[in-house]
Amino acid sequence: MTIALSRREFLKVSTALSGGLALEFWFPVESRATGGAAATEVNAWIVIHPDDRVVIRIARSEMGQGTYTALAQLVAEELDCDWAKVSAEFASPNEHIRRNRIWGSMSTGGSMGVRSSQDYVRKAGASAREMLVAAAAAQWKVPAAQCTAASGIISHGPTGRKLRYGEVAAAAATLAPPKDVTLRDPANWKIAGKSLHRLDIPDKVRGKPVFAVDVTLPGMLHASIAQCPVFGGRVASVDARAALGMRGVKKVVREEAFVAVVADNWWRANEALKKVKIEWDTAGNGRADNRTIAAMLREGLADANLSQARKVGDAQAGFAAAATMVESEYQSPYLSHATMEPQTCTAWLKPDGFLEVWTSTQNGEASMAAAAETAGLPLEKVEVHKMMLGGGFGRRGGPQDFVRQGVAIAKAMPGVPVKMMWSREEDMQHDFYRPASIVRMKAGLDAQGRLIAMHTTIACPSILKVLMPNSLNKDGIDFSAVRSFSDMPYAVANQQVDYAMRNGHVPVGFWRAPGQQNAFYRECFIDELATAAGKDPVEFRLAMLKEGDKNRLVLEAVAKAAGWGSALPAGVHRGVAVADGFGSYAAMVAEVSVSAAGEPRVHRIVVAIDSGYVVNPDTCRAQAESNVVFGLGSILYQEINIRDGRAVESNFHDFPLPRIAEMPKVETVLVPTGGFWGGHGEPGILPLTPAVCNAIFAATGKRVRSLPLKHHDLLGA
Amino acid sequence: MLKLTVNGRARTVDVEPEMPLLWVLRVHLDLPGAKYGCGIGVCGACTVHVDGEPVRSCALPVSAAAGKKIVTIEGLSEKGLHRIQKAWIEHEVPQCGYCMTGMIMTAAALLAKHPKPADADIDASMTNLCRCGTYARVKKAIHALAGESAAPAAKNASAGPQAPVRSLPAEGAHASLGAAGREASGERP
Repeated sequence: MTIALSRREFLKVSTALSGGLALEFWFPVESRATGGAAATEVNAWIVIHPDDRVVIRIARSEMGQGTYTALAQLVAEELDCDWAKVSAEFASPNEHIRRNRIWGSMSTGGSMGVRSSQDYVRKAGASAREMLVAAAAAQWKVPAAQCTAASGIISHGPTGRKLRYGEVAAAAATLAPPKDVTLRDPANWKIAGKSLHRLDIPDKVRGKPVFAVDVTLPGMLHASIAQCPVFGGRVASVDARAALGMRGVKKVVREEAFVAVVADNWWRANEALKKVKIEWDTAGNGRADNRTIAAMLREGLADANLSQARKVGDAQAGFAAAATMVESEYQSPYLSHATMEPQTCTAWLKPDGFLEVWTSTQNGEASMAAAAETAGLPLEKVEVHKMMLGGGFGRRGGPQDFVRQGVAIAKAMPGVPVKMMWSREEDMQHDFYRPASIVRMKAGLDAQGRLIAMHTTIACPSILKVLMPNSLNKDGIDFSAVRSFSDMPYAVANQQVDYAMRNGHVPVGFWRAPGQQNAFYRECFIDELATAAGKDPVEFRLAMLKEGDKNRLVLEAVAKAAGWGSALPAGVHRGVAVADGFGSYAAMVAEVSVSAAGEPRVHRIVVAIDSGYVVNPDTCRAQAESNVVFGLGSILYQEINIRDGRAVESNFHDFPLPRIAEMPKVETVLVPTGGFWGGHGEPGILPLTPAVCNAIFAATGKRVRSLPLKHHDLLGA
Repeated sequence: MLKLTVNGRARTVDVEPEMPLLWVLRVHLDLPGAKYGCGIGVCGACTVHVDGEPVRSCALPVSAAAGKKIVTIEGLSEKGLHRIQKAWIEHEVPQCGYCMTGMIMTAAALLAKHPKPADADIDASMTNLCRCGTYARVKKAIHALAGESAAPAAKNASAGPQAPVRSLPAEGAHASLGAAGREASGERP
């Protein structure tokens, strides 16, 4: 088969050039027909070597969130093998297609990597274990019911005989898988549920070439690209004469929407690109800026015919009965993902018509589809090699722009592998940004200070409209634009949520916890209501959360862990927020001070998360810490401004990330209550912004209704 | 032709003198451990040692490094893993890992100068950017290394190959992360 050949070639090539990488990820699994010494695929997820090494196939992507290890833990738990002998590899997207999507979804977003595949990967482990036991029982000619398996060894109770998994794997693979398997009670987990060391870390600290930017192939060239600075623009004319004479430059590729310079070294390609004179057709978008975008959103807020994302009771009637009315408008800017590894794709259109692609993708299957479409090849003629991602955060899933570009460049250089990498400037100025939005909230409190009616109007570009138009609901509503309002857990008798989809020309996309800004708006507004009602912010929320609601549980847990209501050092104040999403529930208390110079400082974050189950507690804590730092930059100083139709910010000097000195203490309280599976990559960021901004109100009496904080005078009247 | 000393080996490269050292390492010397992150010397993903100093190699013309001792992550330890790499594994520091080779090189230079750095030293020296937010663990790992710094480097060098890290840790082996993270992440006002 083509693919088998292709993978062997890759093995040979990259083993020679880049050390252990190929062996680690692409050890070709020989079929059981080749006999004795070869490894055996017991099922699609599990390969067992004669010496008992177990290779577990991972279909989702690894971008630092730990899914690669967590999924391996779940499989190994049910397989009941020796964890010390477990390694993992990414499942091949090409094989996935040819085997009728045998690995389920390859999509890695929405904090779904573990929760939406845990059932079938555990069953794969349990099924393989039963097959191994059955093979041993057959060899011993005893009933399988007399045999047990543990830590990779099958034992026959009555006689004490033992066989290792590696000894029976080949025989097991010839057996029919069991029709049904019983999964272990998580209370009895031995491998899952433990803080095991992550499988991907040793190579990462060694500097092994695990990322897409590290791919090296024989005769490989490098490319840097320029897209129209104005979003949606096209190439009008190109004068590449100055660039073509520069050292190492091989070709200037002109496509409809970008120009690429191909050279023997990325720096040379990028330097030459600066000398290419490109005129752009800005498609009429060259005058858009912050003001025109705000005007577009405000026009949406004023629209009398909006789609309703939620209607409970009668908000207007509730307002008529209210003793106190509170109204506020909140907003936030566009934000860039700023993955540390810029967008990158290596593509090689081979003489035999097969296309190989190496990329950092959150969805290997989507990358393959984009590559095949661009190359005009059937899926069977394309392989995507999934590399470790240098950050993802939603940038590398839906939009496969970088794969299309990489393949287009490869088509212009047939037979030559070309590694395309965006410069940081290109990456920051051609993102699919978190949408800017403006939200108006209006609430009525009764004479006892209880919230009886709330009307929310959301003006926000739609991510789904751009990336997944079929996923809009029948009323044209984008769940990611209305979340936290359309599913608000507070028991409020009269609620209305209206959605104004206003898209503009700035590309938008899934940014860690899409819709996270709504949790900021809602939970700060709820704080305003608590203040108006003269009530404690925790008590005010608890009074609206039903008994048994997990939001209530995490809120109580965080209040206890943070010592809500206890004395604090002088100048330090607390804020609280709770929000659910991505299958989990998260509540947070932030401790913040504002210096005499007006500088905010976040000292301590306590977060309580209920994800139902916890597969690797340490990884979950790491994600909680990650969410705090990721969100902190957006609270303090990050923004993408639009001027003359383009992004103003271009690199880390004007889109700063927090540094180590700004890192607050993060204390994570995991309170898994069982019975459901929630995620960890995103839920922890939901309550961050409102908890911090509510603490700033507590510290200064100033309500922060727009971000970033750098624009606020926290000292002024 | 430029003569370089990289990880103890003499290397000769035929490149423009203004080419940043990073691209000489990554493309011409097959040392991809140092990463491109920003190209303007801000993020530190490209950090290597030049005469023992941590340097942003994306912003250093290769000619400025000629004749000096260049050390990359690939050459940080002559034998097995460096103790910083071991600590990074033990404390589960990396997430995506992209910035980590630069972070480790910066930490190595810091610990060489300040075997027991205070938080303020760490804050001032560890200016590398990490989008995943691993900072609390970076600090924790550095403090742990400082705690063992009475043990000379030679002891680590003779400790042999890194023990397997994929074993099942004892129950609750990581349970103290929260408390230790608290300790490691700075003073209250």
